[in-house]
Amino acid sequence: MPVLTGKELRIVGFLCNWCSYGGADTAGVGRFNQPTDLRIIRVPCSGRIDPLFIAKTLINGADGVLVSGCHPRDCHYAEGNFYARRRLEVLKRFLPILGIDPARFDYTWVSASEGQRWQKVVTVFTEQIHALGPATRHENVSPELLAKVASAIQGGNRVAA
Amino acid sequence: MSRLDALKTRIKEALPGLECVIGWQKGYDALHNTPLFIRGEADVDKLEWGALNVHNPAVYLPSFAGKKVGVVVKGCDSRSVVELLQEKLIDRDNVVIFSAGCDGVVDIAKVRAKLAAAGLSAGNAEKVTVDGKTVTVTAAGKAVSMPLAEVAADKCLRCQFPNAVLADAFVGDPAPQVQAAPAADADLAALDAMSVPERMAFWRYHMDRCIRCYACRNACPMCVCRDHCIAQSREPHWLSQEDSVTEKLMFQVVHAMHLAGRCTECGECQRACPMDIPVLALKKHLNRTIHDLFNYQAGVDVAAIPPLLQFKLEEDNIKERSW
Repeated sequence: MPVLTGKELRIVGFLCNWCSYGGADTAGVGRFNQPTDLRIIRVPCSGRIDPLFIAKTLINGADGVLVSGCHPRDCHYAEGNFYARRRLEVLKRFLPILGIDPARFDYTWVSASEGQRWQKVVTVFTEQIHALGPATRHENVSPELLAKVASAIQGGNRVAA
Repeated sequence: MSRLDALKTRIKEALPGLECVIGWQKGYDALHNTPLFIRGEADVDKLEWGALNVHNPAVYLPSFAGKKVGVVVKGCDSRSVVELLQEKLIDRDNVVIFSAGCDGVVDIAKVRAKLAAAGLSAGNAEKVTVDGKTVTVTAAGKAVSMPLAEVAADKCLRCQFPNAVLADAFVGDPAPQVQAAPAADADLAALDAMSVPERMAFWRYHMDRCIRCYACRNACPMCVCRDHCIAQSREPHWLSQEDSVTEKLMFQVVHAMHLAGRCTECGECQRACPMDIPVLALKKHLNRTIHDLFNYQAGVDVAAIPPLLQFKLEEDNIKERSW
């Protein structure tokens, strides 16, 4: 790992067991070149993914999160990914108000036979995260920035005043 | 007959068949009303109706599940009742809803600020009268008048539902719709104006003073997990006991995400916060998002299915990324 410090970022991938994990496996078996920044977590279905998994991952410092499931209409459990799509889209639009760049999170669909599509998704997403650079260490917010935002909402600071 | 008297009459009629009726009564000082649980005829006369009824009594309904209870609601509170009914957390046959038109409630913090500006302490408030559009607070023998519009809760300034969306007994004349509402919420507008990193700094600044009392959760009528809240469970261990801003912020994210498509913006989380953290802004933004995506507003239709509990094969407003 020390060799890779500064070169590799931490990207967490949540992949459904039936399609995308298979797709990643197909890409591996096919010996397609892929960036190695992604750490994969296998889940039963994209519908299993609580949006809070992603929020927690990003808040605690991951540089990116990628979610991938079966294509719509192709879910192993028939409709898990339809529910997932709504939740993930809501989360993606929620991240900016929290102060997390929504480009650090993406979701997509890759089937078990789409090794090449998987290679492309991983490559494009990893490049996107590298373009953004390592996630900000939120603990180290500069005092100037804190002072700037402190009075943004009138009345929000009534106790301290 | 005033709204209050009419409410009392209707409650007295219905009381024999009810375990209790939840409303408001005079609190520990003139400025505060507190929740009231009417269990007998003698309690009915303690009921209050007016600008000091800040609490949302719907929060108590799930704890009475299985018993037939009455609840007195303002327009905004009625949306919480509808949302609870919609999610089958309470039974329509077991709840009797009393309501009257609402002309807005005060934000105690704003009243406190007005009193402070007049050199008075809210702790000395002796008498509060609300006359139409003016609130007069007498503290330490001195009367201070303030326009209701200046001390009303933020939600009242943009109120869309001054009258209950669902009521079994609606008394008196309906309250007029709020005119000339501000175009946008001030807190959302302030957040929208910031850059993304500034927003994170903003939340870290405010969450730093959070004392993790969970008053926001306990006051929330839609937080129905109570003792099973994941904020305090060890398995799964979502949040540690560590006193860090990250953990505190994560709890607000949990609260907001669990309210996605359910929050009726009653504002109880923010009102209950002893540290004055503007936590409602997160939920307001989520509601805006849900409205944009699914054209849905929580707590107005008992028969509607919440947007995250249903789907369409082809979503109208979700544009997926092509790689």
